[in-house]
Amino acid sequence: MSDKIIGSAKVKRGMAEMQKGGVIMDVVNAEEARIAEAAGAVAVMALERVPSDIRKEGGVARMADPKIVEEVMNAVSIPVMAKARIGHISEARILESMGVDYIDESEVLTPADEEFHLLKSDYVVPFVCGCRDLGEALRRIGEGASMLRTKGEPGTGNIVEAVRHIRKVNGQVNILKTMSNAELMTFARDLGAPYELVKEVKDLGRLPVVNFAAGGVATPADAALMMSLGADGVFVGSGIFKSDTPEKFARAIVRATTNYEDYALLAELSKDLGEPMKGIEINTIQQAERMQERGW
Amino acid sequence: MVSVPKKIGVLNLQGAVREHILSLKKLGADAVAVKKANDFDDLDGLIIPGGESTAIGRLIREHQLEDRLRAFHQEGKAIFGTCAGLILCSTDASHPTEDLRLGFIDMEVERNGFGRQVDSFEMLLDFKGIDHPVESVFIRAPYIKSVGPAVSILSELEGKIVAAEQDNVLVTAYHPELTDDMSVLEYFLNKAG
Repeated sequence: MSDKIIGSAKVKRGMAEMQKGGVIMDVVNAEEARIAEAAGAVAVMALERVPSDIRKEGGVARMADPKIVEEVMNAVSIPVMAKARIGHISEARILESMGVDYIDESEVLTPADEEFHLLKSDYVVPFVCGCRDLGEALRRIGEGASMLRTKGEPGTGNIVEAVRHIRKVNGQVNILKTMSNAELMTFARDLGAPYELVKEVKDLGRLPVVNFAAGGVATPADAALMMSLGADGVFVGSGIFKSDTPEKFARAIVRATTNYEDYALLAELSKDLGEPMKGIEINTIQQAERMQERGW
Repeated sequence: MVSVPKKIGVLNLQGAVREHILSLKKLGADAVAVKKANDFDDLDGLIIPGGESTAIGRLIREHQLEDRLRAFHQEGKAIFGTCAGLILCSTDASHPTEDLRLGFIDMEVERNGFGRQVDSFEMLLDFKGIDHPVESVFIRAPYIKSVGPAVSILSELEGKIVAAEQDNVLVTAYHPELTDDMSVLEYFLNKAG
């Protein structure tokens, strides 16, 4: 017997390992949370507004009202995540004190700090962060993130950016695997990533934490695509509750994520789903308005 | 060790499948991810991994694997449930009826019994039949509230049962597969085949 150790990397990263192969759904109230749980979600993300509404309404997007987060926590037995603004220490500490299971330091919200992300290793609660390439992924892990996700382009219902980001990260991991140790410091410099983590990825042959897909997943086929590109699981933001038939969509996306290579089943799951969320072509979004450009 | 490696399946619907497979391979077992009913045919044992028990339970039903799992248990094959797998193996009568319980071990379970993620922890814990305290990682872990007469208690923490076995079925509330301590998985391998 020994003393209990809380908040260790093993405990925080392990939590994300348990989510693998699953779907994490954005919800804005207890009722949506119950629908998500019943559909087989492995966790829910409690929000005040889903990304597509944040995009539409504009203004400063902040941490959700703690009352909404609390309601969702009371409604379901699966883990509850919540978003804090990039670099917003107080929002993160508030969510931690409420006992949320995971915090997303998220570019979907308006950043509070344009220079510094949170020092996530300081917290007992684990964090998930977005990334577009291996350098960004390893910088976030260096700060203590226990889970990663692609940034994609949230609230668009357009998968193209999430595809770009997962291909980039996994392509860079593959390049790194073929490198000699002599090349690693230069690669670390070029990535802007901590050398020790670059070395760890090379030795492991993969990222040391789970990497989910996020930002633009709108259909079962989108979820399956991200899994086949090597995502460990899927976040669905606006895709479910902005569709015509949320229950059906939620169930179909869960099954598609598990069975991403069973194309006959994917065909069945994609039938008669009604209208998915309306998507946005990426080129119509000005560079400055792209959420993925937030954070570094 | 036996000359022919034991073939162990890890139920591959959702959760920490990779960690179990890597650990089993380190122990020299032939470890495979299983998802379809006929994947079970030549297995010596099965691991139901950690994950979300509601999600895994729903997927077991949607994949029509419930009967195959029960038959596998009936054949006397070894089964090891970790965390969510423990919950699925229980007879737990207090659960919402729509959630799957396989009833492989006569026990009642408290889900998330140690609290939320911020209360999750790791520690060294005594385990009956293993000669050293084992590395145990508890993640939103359940505990066993009570067991029937046929169940042996293998580990307890703060008066809560966290590891038990009944015939060929072993369960732990924690995750041996997240550590470098292979002793609990080795204990299970000895039950298999």
